Amino acid sequence: MQRLTSSLKYVSKFYKLDQLRPLIIQICSASTDLNFHKSVPPKDAGETKEMNLVQSLSHTMDIAMERDPSMIVFGEDVAFGGVFRCTLGLRDKYGKDRVFNTPLSEQGIIAFGIGVAAGGSTAMAEIQFADYIFPGFDQIVNEASKFRYRSGGQFDCGKLVVRAPYGAVGHGAHYHSQSPEAYFAHTAGLKVVIPRGPLQAKGLLLSSFADDNPVFFFEPKRLYRAATDMIPIGDWRIPLGEAEVVRQGRDVTLVAWGRQLHTMLDAADMARDQLDVECEVIDLQTILPWDTETIFKSVRSTGRLIISHEAPLTGGFAGEIASTVQEACFLSLEAPIQRVCGWDTPFPHIQEPVYMPDRLRCFEAIKKVIADS
Amino acid sequence: MSVLTRFLPAANTLLRLCTMSFTRRPTPFLRKRFHTSSLVTQAKASIQEHPHYSGYTGDETVSFTTPRYDLYRFEEGPSTDVVISRAEFLQIYDDMLTIRTMEERCAMLYMDRKIRGFCHLYSGQEAGCVGLESSIRRDDSVITAYRAHGWSYTRGISVKGIIAELCGRATGCTKGKGGSMHMYAKNFYGGNGIVGAQIPIGAGIAFAHMYNKEDRICVTLYGDGAANQGQLFEAMNMASLWNLPCLFVCENNKYGMGTSVERASANLDFYTRGDTIPGIRVDGLDVLAVREATKWIAEYMRAGNGPVLMELNTYRYRGHSMTDPGTTYRSKEEIQKVREIDCVRMVKESIINSNLATESELKQIDKKVKKVIQEAVEFSLASPEPNLNEVYTHVYSTLPYTVRGREPGEEYVVS
Repeated sequence: MQRLTSSLKYVSKFYKLDQLRPLIIQICSASTDLNFHKSVPPKDAGETKEMNLVQSLSHTMDIAMERDPSMIVFGEDVAFGGVFRCTLGLRDKYGKDRVFNTPLSEQGIIAFGIGVAAGGSTAMAEIQFADYIFPGFDQIVNEASKFRYRSGGQFDCGKLVVRAPYGAVGHGAHYHSQSPEAYFAHTAGLKVVIPRGPLQAKGLLLSSFADDNPVFFFEPKRLYRAATDMIPIGDWRIPLGEAEVVRQGRDVTLVAWGRQLHTMLDAADMARDQLDVECEVIDLQTILPWDTETIFKSVRSTGRLIISHEAPLTGGFAGEIASTVQEACFLSLEAPIQRVCGWDTPFPHIQEPVYMPDRLRCFEAIKKVIADS
Repeated sequence: MSVLTRFLPAANTLLRLCTMSFTRRPTPFLRKRFHTSSLVTQAKASIQEHPHYSGYTGDETVSFTTPRYDLYRFEEGPSTDVVISRAEFLQIYDDMLTIRTMEERCAMLYMDRKIRGFCHLYSGQEAGCVGLESSIRRDDSVITAYRAHGWSYTRGISVKGIIAELCGRATGCTKGKGGSMHMYAKNFYGGNGIVGAQIPIGAGIAFAHMYNKEDRICVTLYGDGAANQGQLFEAMNMASLWNLPCLFVCENNKYGMGTSVERASANLDFYTRGDTIPGIRVDGLDVLAVREATKWIAEYMRAGNGPVLMELNTYRYRGHSMTDPGTTYRSKEEIQKVREIDCVRMVKESIINSNLATESELKQIDKKVKKVIQEAVEFSLASPEPNLNEVYTHVYSTLPYTVRGREPGEEYVVS
């Protein structure tokens, strides 16, 4: 890898970019490979079992359904497990009254879920891909988020949880790869949650079911079967609205969520090995409402902040974090805040590796904030 | 008599299959006739406009009887007597076989990881696009959903353009930028990745045709799954209200992803679901029925009668997409049953049984099709991937000088 990059640098002096295309694609592909960083459950979490993200999710829904007899699970093809098999076995265990398929009707699914939740049941709606959520956008933004507010607290759909797989998988193209969290983060009244692995999925999803607000739970589908953690099998939760400091460091604060957090950890490894720079890596976990204090505290001690997400740069949630942090921590900042994000283009098909904010781009940003200060 | 006995075994198979949920049109009953004059000349003209015309000749025609059509708000429907010339029938066979062979080859390419992503195959439904296309004009518009390969071909994209696009190559019909669901050509407004999203767009295209006083119709396709999307009802209301020349076509292949129609739709008569829009249900496995019905509908619509809803009863052999084996929610026997009918084989048998062509002539077509597909695959795999600048071209009508601080063409050097 090292040899490849340095030779690219050398060669690029003499040739036009397009002649280097195969080489660039090769480098980008290599640097967008998933390198999963496992999490360790806390010691007091009790008995654990190894599970991948899919197993962890179905295990969590199983616990929730067992405890809450009013809970129903519905969505496209969920009765036989869903396209990713996250709801596998639930219909057999809880019956087709509680786990059932819906027509292909996303607006209907979400609005139906709002009604079910408003009527007093716990509704777990699955949208097959986060890219398909937009037909239901009106219901989410105008109905779900404002039900409590506009009825003066008489009604709400707090028992609604919508799960949807998001993010790049390597070949998803325009409509199976997008990260829509920023659209929903713009709407007060919703909660938006993204776990970075099987362990967090369990803790955060259980909290989402218990939460009294509509929660949008986006799962990094690239990790579904690619990663395992040891999962506490009991009622173990991670509170919503709290970020986790995944790795402590003194020089630069790196903030990300979902699959991108693993990319940030890779970049932090590179910075440690090649630059002797210690990065503090924070998993935001809940995008809305987000944990400002943990980020402020970290930035005040490091003086440098880099935020990264797969969604495009403009209007992405990184902008919100950067703006809030510069306001609160202006005098502590040693360098301009950096955002490492997808480009402002639709999600490309064959050129996904070029689009992705991979570990090399994150590493570049680390070098930049160190050099700028 | 000799003719009848020759077909007896086939007829028996057909009777057995009649118990299935879709009607099977009895093969070829041959009242061989010769037509002269205008009909034949017309057919001749239209076949030469065919984008993939392979030079078939023969004015000799035969007639067949199609199964009856189910009608809604129509007092009379298309004729069940269908006349077709040798040249046209051979071209239809050629088209259907090309699509079938291409789709099966795509499945192999997908297994080899040469095609990535989401790939929805049209195998089994060929009679739909080929039949419809043979009765509309080249300047009519078509818009469909993600199962778009067959339509891309009949609308004029070459097999090379389709396979190269699937493989993400610069020579693909959308420069390798879209892949399976995103193919476009003149008067073909594409595949569309979001279930049902293309339907109101189709109504809009039809409105534009009407507003511009063009004598064109827009064929707007969707599946039985999308039939439950709210957008469909919004579009149909507008189309009916404003009398738009929009032909809504529901390709009912019995499954919306992994859920059967019975489990997803309260009203299974999709052709009646347009409320004020008249509808017709056609055996979508029978290319001649589709062709005849479309011809009749197009004429009706061009006379300014407003939208029509056509339901094609069809079946997909493969899963929803290549990641779905297609066997968890239906039985192998069910698939086998339809495969025994098979819309391509039905055409082949009809041609041979009616003595329009010999078996060896058809073998020549098979051979030609195989060659075309093989060449397209070789061409695609030898084609380069798109240039890096294609990441940011076509985002806006003009290329911004910088894209968030990065200049197009700048050398991004990693050190």
